[in-house]
Amino acid sequence: MKAYHVIRNSMKGLRRNPMRAMLTTLGIIIGVGAVIAMMEIGTGSSSAIQKTISSMGANVLLVLPGTAASGGVSFGSGSIATLTPADGEAILRECPSVLNAAPVVRARTQVVYGNRNWVPSGIYGTTPAFLDVRDWNNLFEGEPFTDRDVLNANKVCLLGQTLVRELFQGESPIGKEIRVKNVLFRVVGVLGSKGANMMGHDQDDILLAPWTTIKYRVTGSALSNTNQSTSSGSAASMNTLSDLYPGGQPGLYPEKSEAQAINNPMPVRFTNIDQILTSAASTGEIESAIEQIKEVLRERHRIRDGESDDFNIRDMTEMTKTLTSTTTLMTNLLLCVAMISLVVGGVGIMNIMLVSVTERTREIGLRMAVGARARDILRQFLVEAVVLCLVGGAMGILLGHGGSYFVWLFLRWPVETSPGAIAAAVLVSAGVGIAFGFYPAWKASRMDPIEALRYE
Amino acid sequence: MELIQLRDIYKTYSIGEMAVPVLKGVSLTVAQGELVALMGASGSGKSTLMNILGCLDRPSSGEYWLDGHEISRLDADQRAQVRNRMLGFVFQSFNLLPRTSALENVAMPLSYTADHLSEREARKRAREILCRVGLEDRLDHEPSRLSGGQQQRVAIARALVNSPSILLADEPTGNLDSRTSEEVLSMFQQLNENDGITIILVTHDMQVARHARRVIRIHDGLIMDGAFVSPEGQCDPSVSISAGAGQ
Repeated sequence: MKAYHVIRNSMKGLRRNPMRAMLTTLGIIIGVGAVIAMMEIGTGSSSAIQKTISSMGANVLLVLPGTAASGGVSFGSGSIATLTPADGEAILRECPSVLNAAPVVRARTQVVYGNRNWVPSGIYGTTPAFLDVRDWNNLFEGEPFTDRDVLNANKVCLLGQTLVRELFQGESPIGKEIRVKNVLFRVVGVLGSKGANMMGHDQDDILLAPWTTIKYRVTGSALSNTNQSTSSGSAASMNTLSDLYPGGQPGLYPEKSEAQAINNPMPVRFTNIDQILTSAASTGEIESAIEQIKEVLRERHRIRDGESDDFNIRDMTEMTKTLTSTTTLMTNLLLCVAMISLVVGGVGIMNIMLVSVTERTREIGLRMAVGARARDILRQFLVEAVVLCLVGGAMGILLGHGGSYFVWLFLRWPVETSPGAIAAAVLVSAGVGIAFGFYPAWKASRMDPIEALRYE
Repeated sequence: MELIQLRDIYKTYSIGEMAVPVLKGVSLTVAQGELVALMGASGSGKSTLMNILGCLDRPSSGEYWLDGHEISRLDADQRAQVRNRMLGFVFQSFNLLPRTSALENVAMPLSYTADHLSEREARKRAREILCRVGLEDRLDHEPSRLSGGQQQRVAIARALVNSPSILLADEPTGNLDSRTSEEVLSMFQQLNENDGITIILVTHDMQVARHARRVIRIHDGLIMDGAFVSPEGQCDPSVSISAGAGQ
């Protein structure tokens, strides 16, 4: 018996009771529809959650200078000055897995406005890319400083919410001038609130300024973690003009003579920075980003094979783990829901097929009497079940897709079409048809034609 | 030539532990082109014999030769093929597929035939046969829109669609009034005379049996009368059952 005949016979069988066929497929339609909608809404939510978690800094990689050691005594990370702003640019340029890189110069000193003062936990000299890396582009008010401000070492700054609260007490700080170690900074913007990080460290207690300004106007030394204002407060020499404009050089490196440049292509003294803040393109690319940064920096720092790195790279393992486990949890949850609804749909199919086989006993007997073999009957009922399931599956895909579209349209939940789920739905609905259609079909094929013909 | 030959057929059903013999050694022959009536009261083994003749059931012992082949030892699939190729069934309750047009009802057995016909050929053949039974204007009617006589004619067309050599009719007039019964029976006679199809009518009605040229009477699992083709080729159906006469 040709496949064509089998399918035709099955279609005829189904068409003879379209209402029942419809109701039977309803189970599968709802099942598959729920799966598709859940998968689409779920993947959408999952990637939204991922985005939220990575905005907490899960993709951030911190490059720190290496460790100095003398006579077996290590001075801890950041104790030698090996990183330059050019390293940051090279990382951004040469590492495809790195999305952004911002050099950071740190200072810790007193900030004064009017008759109030405060020592913020972080005074960071950086570039506007810092805001991208830390996902901090939504300013509370004002504008961020620009790359031009960085080049010109302009005295502008962004303030964190805590600092604003302490210094301004409800006043708008935009356009006001504050003093950082007796250097006047104009406030151009206020950062959005981020609250404390996972360690309880207040992230809003911060001042951001161009790194050139911090480096050349506020502090000359690397990694000044001590409160410099205590030592500078009483010193009259700090108020001289030369201290307001130290170095007086707009360039990053001291000028070289021609002969110097030929004899020694390396800069005599480079401008060091305290850390480079980079972000990987995605959570999955953190590993490769670390590798690439290592390679670039070892090459730039002329480190031979076998020598140890003169820098450290830190990633946010804890957060990354949270992210991965959240995603896995979501996926498994969706899978469970999918399985349950499909099994329920399959039981519906089996139920109706059993009813159908009983109801059509005489037809089965007749078909056997005119020459249908057991396997012809088996195939007919099996194909009927599979056709029901596939049609239900197709309609379910449309329903689910439409459903998730409406969810997106009215609730604005994030939704992502997942072709994998659609393919799986088709396969699973065919599978459900075979699995749950087999028993009724087998029962039909085992009937005795004499009994079946006599059945009332 | 003998188309059907039964030799010493026994059929025993077991109900629980009890063995119930239904056929107790039946032998009979039917020649090519005969119109035979199989008569008997209910419980006489008539239906069982009919099922064995129709290859729906296997005898417990004995031989069944159909067109020169021993049928009784075939398995279910092979018997299905024999039913499809050689036999046509007409039932008392017509057994048409509901909500299916007359044409498709008639074409249905063709889809189980080993040598496949194309859809168009199958429909053409079904249409021709429906024309022969006089239903050329009822091709697309579903059984619910046909009268009893018309339904039985569709069933006859379905039995004939694979050009079988034997037509088995099980109480074909049981659900029909006397006028349509007469029509159906004369159709059987025509088929028998014009097309040479061997027809076995199973009935308990003497009026029906009268249309046959030979009557095989079965009583209590044994053939009483008319088991073999009589020399004169015809048997008088009005002959009463001679008591105790075995075969």
